[in-house]
Amino acid sequence: MADDQHRESVAAPPATGTPDGLGPAPHDPLAVGLPPATAGAATGAVDVSARRIRQEHLRQLTRSKPFLIGAVLLLWWIVCAVFGKSFSPYNPVNGSLLQFNLAPSGSHWFGTDSLGRDVLSRVIVGSRDILIIAPLATLLGTAVGTAVGLVQGYFGGVVDNVVGRIVDAVLALPVVIVAFLFVVAVGPSTLTLILVIGFVFALLIARTVRTAVLQERELDYIAAARLRNESGAHIMFVEILPNVSGPILVEFTVRLGYAIFAIATLSFLGFGIQPPTPDWGADIASSYQYLAAGYWWETLFPALAIASLVVAVNLIADSIESVLIQ
Amino acid sequence: MTGYLLRRLGLALLTLVLLSLIIFLAGQVLPGNPGRAILGPFASQHAVTALDNTLGVNRSLPDQYWTWITGIVHGNLGTSYQFRAPVSSFLFPALGRSLKLAAVAFVIVVPLSIVGGVVAALNRGRATDRIISVAGLSLSTVPEFVSGVVLIVVFAIGLKVLPVTASAPAGSPVPTQIKYLILPAIPLVLILFGYIARMARAGTIEALDSDYVRTATLKGLPRWVVIRRHVLRNSLLPTITVIATQTGYLIGGLVVVETLFNYPGIGRLIFTAATDKDFPMLEAGVLAIGIVYLLATLVADVLYTLLNPRIRLVRAE
Repeated sequence: MADDQHRESVAAPPATGTPDGLGPAPHDPLAVGLPPATAGAATGAVDVSARRIRQEHLRQLTRSKPFLIGAVLLLWWIVCAVFGKSFSPYNPVNGSLLQFNLAPSGSHWFGTDSLGRDVLSRVIVGSRDILIIAPLATLLGTAVGTAVGLVQGYFGGVVDNVVGRIVDAVLALPVVIVAFLFVVAVGPSTLTLILVIGFVFALLIARTVRTAVLQERELDYIAAARLRNESGAHIMFVEILPNVSGPILVEFTVRLGYAIFAIATLSFLGFGIQPPTPDWGADIASSYQYLAAGYWWETLFPALAIASLVVAVNLIADSIESVLIQ
Repeated sequence: MTGYLLRRLGLALLTLVLLSLIIFLAGQVLPGNPGRAILGPFASQHAVTALDNTLGVNRSLPDQYWTWITGIVHGNLGTSYQFRAPVSSFLFPALGRSLKLAAVAFVIVVPLSIVGGVVAALNRGRATDRIISVAGLSLSTVPEFVSGVVLIVVFAIGLKVLPVTASAPAGSPVPTQIKYLILPAIPLVLILFGYIARMARAGTIEALDSDYVRTATLKGLPRWVVIRRHVLRNSLLPTITVIATQTGYLIGGLVVVETLFNYPGIGRLIFTAATDKDFPMLEAGVLAIGIVYLLATLVADVLYTLLNPRIRLVRAE
């Protein structure tokens, strides 16, 4: 988490332009390497090669082992989030109070917790809330951050300076601490979590988009658009946005991993998803005090679930980054 | 050079003022009514008003901010709602204990990750590189409490080689204290390893591909001399910056680790202040984390400038 935001210093620089100098990165985030459709006439030849490059990128992705491992794991957790309630072996919320703290066995593969609830069922259904909140928060952050970054990078000047200083100030604190501070002040709820994490991510993403826009701004197609007397909004959202979509896609996948990290951590601290809703972080918080008594399964399995989910998302993010930004 | 340092310092101060405003807003404006928050829903309105008056929370916001920030500048961090005692008497000892834990983590992670990154770079593209890179990346994304819990299960409960808590019994000698801090430090090490190693690897690869390394190799220097004298000197510079910026993260990660291992540092101080709605304590703790981060990045920038003659000369002009 953590934080994570002090980590963007090691993130790869955003891709702008193309390696072969053909012009700015193109419309389709998966088709880097083409002149933008807006710069020249969108001829049939461009369409064909755009599709070809997109296919090439997809082929590279499906050949990369880390990407496939990540995709399979993520898909598994999405299936659990959507259908988990119908195939979990027991009711994840109502346990049998007589069968508490049972060790893993044939009838309870992952054992039962201190309230007699089946740990396997809670692990399966526990993917649900985090897989709803994390993508929504990341989506919100990406949308707002992209808009702010475009305005910052395109207009520059006072707006850029003021926003830049605020971003610096918020980022002097780890994401988890900022989220923690606000959730404590307003009280935990799903909406608060989405808004707070979305807000912090918006600042981070704005920074990346701003850098990408600064490089785009100097290119000829922007000068051409200005000569055509296009409005600022048109230039930002129709001309520049498609050409910075590569870095934005990478940023989205990387942030999604951090969102899961942050939400799980907040839930563990008691300021995220609230019991009795099955949630991995909250379950660990309520069971780790029994570790010393030897009931390791109540804590270990939700922990492995979180680890597999964040690692999956980050393997995917890293593969997309290395395919798009070479 | 002096001009650059002054500008950098001014920027850090400006950021600090903005940060204090944000923390103030989150800590005093958002909770609405601190009196009600402390006394709970069943207290009489009379008692709530009386407490609000004592705390001074019904004055105007600029007035409250001014009192708070001037107090801090004069070393008065306010009075804890929970303990009715000065915040500073809790904050500074806690910060000291956290720095001890952070120091143990740093002593482990810095050499380990630099060696890891350099080894990965020297074996670029081979299995060793991929294992170090992918494992480092994966581990760095696993939340501290998750790796912490797994470590407790394995080392404290399974193998029984390390203690479950982080606090050594009072009056223990330093080696015993360090032994208690090893297990809590590992989750922090795992997170940091990936980032620092990645940076060291990138820096080393850049240096390996440079013209001066080719020249050094072509003039017949042994490989290890090339690596020591030409590659490492250039590649480790950016790594210093990363290590310093991670200090901020590290202090943040302590909230989780200290809660998990029951260690009375600044992280647990913030956590308990938050659960008790002890806003002065919470604000001071979070501000302290921000200051540590700003200081660390400032030191990193200055150090980077001092160590890198290229920047030093350009900026001196």
